[in-house]
Amino acid sequence: MPLTALASATPVPVDILRFNTCGSVDDGKSTLIGRLLYDSKSLMEDQIEALERSADITGGGQINLANLTDGLRAEREQGITIDVAYRYFATPRRKFIIADTPGHVQYTRNMVTGASSANLSIILVDARTGVIEQSRRHTAIAALLRIPHLVVAINKMDLVGWSEARFLEIRAQFEEFLPRLDIKDVKFIPMSALNGDNVVDASVHTPWYVGPTLLGHLETVHIASDWNLNGFRLPVQWVNRPNNPTDASLHDFRGFSGQIAGGIVRTGQKIIAFPAGIVTTVKQIWTYDGPVEEAFCPQSVTLVLEHDIDISRGSMLVGLDHLPGSNTELQAEVCWMHARPLQPGKRYFLKHTTHTVQVSVTEIVNKLNLATLESDPAPAELGVNDIGEIRLRAAKPLVFDGYAINRLTGSFILIEQGTNATVAAGMLCPPREIVKPENGDYVI
Amino acid sequence: MSSYHLDHLQHLETEAIHIMREVAGEFERPALLFSGGKDSICLLRLAEKAFRPSDLPMPLLNVDTGHHFPELNEFRDRRAQQLGGKLIVRTVEDAIAKGIAQPAPGEISRNRLQIPTLLAAIEEFRFDCCIGGARRDEEKARAKERFFSFRDSFGQWDPKNQRPEIWNLYNGRLNPGENMRVFPISNWTEMDVWEYIQRENLEVPSIYFSHKRPCVRRGGQWLPVNALVPPKAHEEVRELVVRVRTIGDIISTGCVESPATTTGDIIAEIAAARVTERGSRADDKSSEAAMEDRKKAGYF
Repeated sequence: MPLTALASATPVPVDILRFNTCGSVDDGKSTLIGRLLYDSKSLMEDQIEALERSADITGGGQINLANLTDGLRAEREQGITIDVAYRYFATPRRKFIIADTPGHVQYTRNMVTGASSANLSIILVDARTGVIEQSRRHTAIAALLRIPHLVVAINKMDLVGWSEARFLEIRAQFEEFLPRLDIKDVKFIPMSALNGDNVVDASVHTPWYVGPTLLGHLETVHIASDWNLNGFRLPVQWVNRPNNPTDASLHDFRGFSGQIAGGIVRTGQKIIAFPAGIVTTVKQIWTYDGPVEEAFCPQSVTLVLEHDIDISRGSMLVGLDHLPGSNTELQAEVCWMHARPLQPGKRYFLKHTTHTVQVSVTEIVNKLNLATLESDPAPAELGVNDIGEIRLRAAKPLVFDGYAINRLTGSFILIEQGTNATVAAGMLCPPREIVKPENGDYVI
Repeated sequence: MSSYHLDHLQHLETEAIHIMREVAGEFERPALLFSGGKDSICLLRLAEKAFRPSDLPMPLLNVDTGHHFPELNEFRDRRAQQLGGKLIVRTVEDAIAKGIAQPAPGEISRNRLQIPTLLAAIEEFRFDCCIGGARRDEEKARAKERFFSFRDSFGQWDPKNQRPEIWNLYNGRLNPGENMRVFPISNWTEMDVWEYIQRENLEVPSIYFSHKRPCVRRGGQWLPVNALVPPKAHEEVRELVVRVRTIGDIISTGCVESPATTTGDIIAEIAAARVTERGSRADDKSSEAAMEDRKKAGYF
């Protein structure tokens, strides 16, 4: 019986933990996820049957837990994971969303995809090889994306005789470069995903390890609110104007719909509508379930305002405290995701919140050297999987926060014109100037 | 802080509403695929939450295989009318008559034939985006799909070349002829869907609840006896108390024996279930990569 059955009599789990797994080929990521699902009894009979069926056909009779996640035929044939796969399971304590992200060099973009919204990242390390460039790269990306929690899973401990010395050695390898990255919470767990040691059940082979099993940690790690509750931000997604309302009270209804990207909003509160920069008051917070007095990030709402201001998709409604920055000149760290390199002077579309503008890249400031975690200044270009700092000039000013302050109003993607390919993930540096009032308004 | 806390259903809901509104904001001619099944019932409520008090800014679209359960179509039509939504139905029957869809010799299933029918409807109405109720927990190929799933001008999915999706920033830009499939409830599990149906007090077609039905045992499951599934000579027809867990075509949807008469009963039953939802769909069992192949060809 799946573990979720135990929860059937009690209220539904109260929160969701999103995590991703990263490691290089053969570090055993898929095996680890398979083990997590298998040992937490989250697999159903037909899934186990399917595993056994493919074991009989191709695996010489041995169940391969990696087959659970390597869903596409191409992956099974090549024995690799080619894209982000999402898995779901629940225990009585929590619901989990896993993004299984592949580790080969050329697929870093998938790791960024899988990790961008994660609360926690698991970095897998093969106990035999220890820290390699991939481990550094994945840890650096997790740090760059500001994922709040990190687990270093030192896997295949059975192949190094469950040596505590080896475990400590690898941990020391990590601790050598961790201080250069901004990561607050790191946990090291020795395990064997293949045999299930310290994944769900504590291992008898590691009496020297007193910490939690992986699942124990996932169930209890404190997810400090990922959401920023300071500084109200509502990027307008859609203007809500009923066409032919039968309800007379809706004749003049004009609402601004969006998902709150930061802070809290209350009825009667003053807000600024950008880009107009005009101050107005929140008349009503409309929701399908009735009007509410206050709403907070990341709720989806529709705001009705006191004044008739020119507001459309891409506008940003902002609270009067914790003001954002605004500029056409931008600086950001980007992870380049496309085979065609980033070149200074080239134009792209930049999508920030619900706002898409044209930008041109004015300068590549530096490129992160993943071997040393130092920055090399002024490279000629950024290639696929490169991370670097760039300067951009936008056709219209962006209203934004630094990524370190707010993941939602501090992030963007770059889209190549013509092919429409998503070519980069960007994290904005703190604004140089905060918007200021002039004669009562905040004209940008 | 605790008062500013969303539970898991509220998290999934706000994520889905955000995606629905991105579709309304980024596409010119979107449609919402509505079959009357439990997943698309949730989609409709999410659309109401995203767009009310306005009308839904997109029509509802259904590809009718001609092998639907009659209870499903009755519900589909009634629900669309309640919402004041425009419902477009295109049938496989029609597509075959027009030569758009060509059944293989002896091919009874309408599964494959849905694909050209859907693609023809997309072309007919020049839809640039179709919202669907697919979930990643349903199937291994689905588990690899993005919220915004890009399709080329042949409607094909290329799993090796998907657009990266970072934070909540979705790239909906298309060139003429290209198309997007968007799945707002990608992150929902079967359990989440039923918990949401319960929380929102949503009506579902009667066949999800326990009822009496003559069935025959075939391929390890109970198939409902009907004009398209007549009992074979050696088969024993048994009158069982059953319900359906997932609704596909009437010729391939297995019934499960169940006493569940309320949404609460169903939730308890799923919590104790030992097979997945798709375990009762013969169309996915045909080969390990059945879904992968259909999606590459344009299946939603």
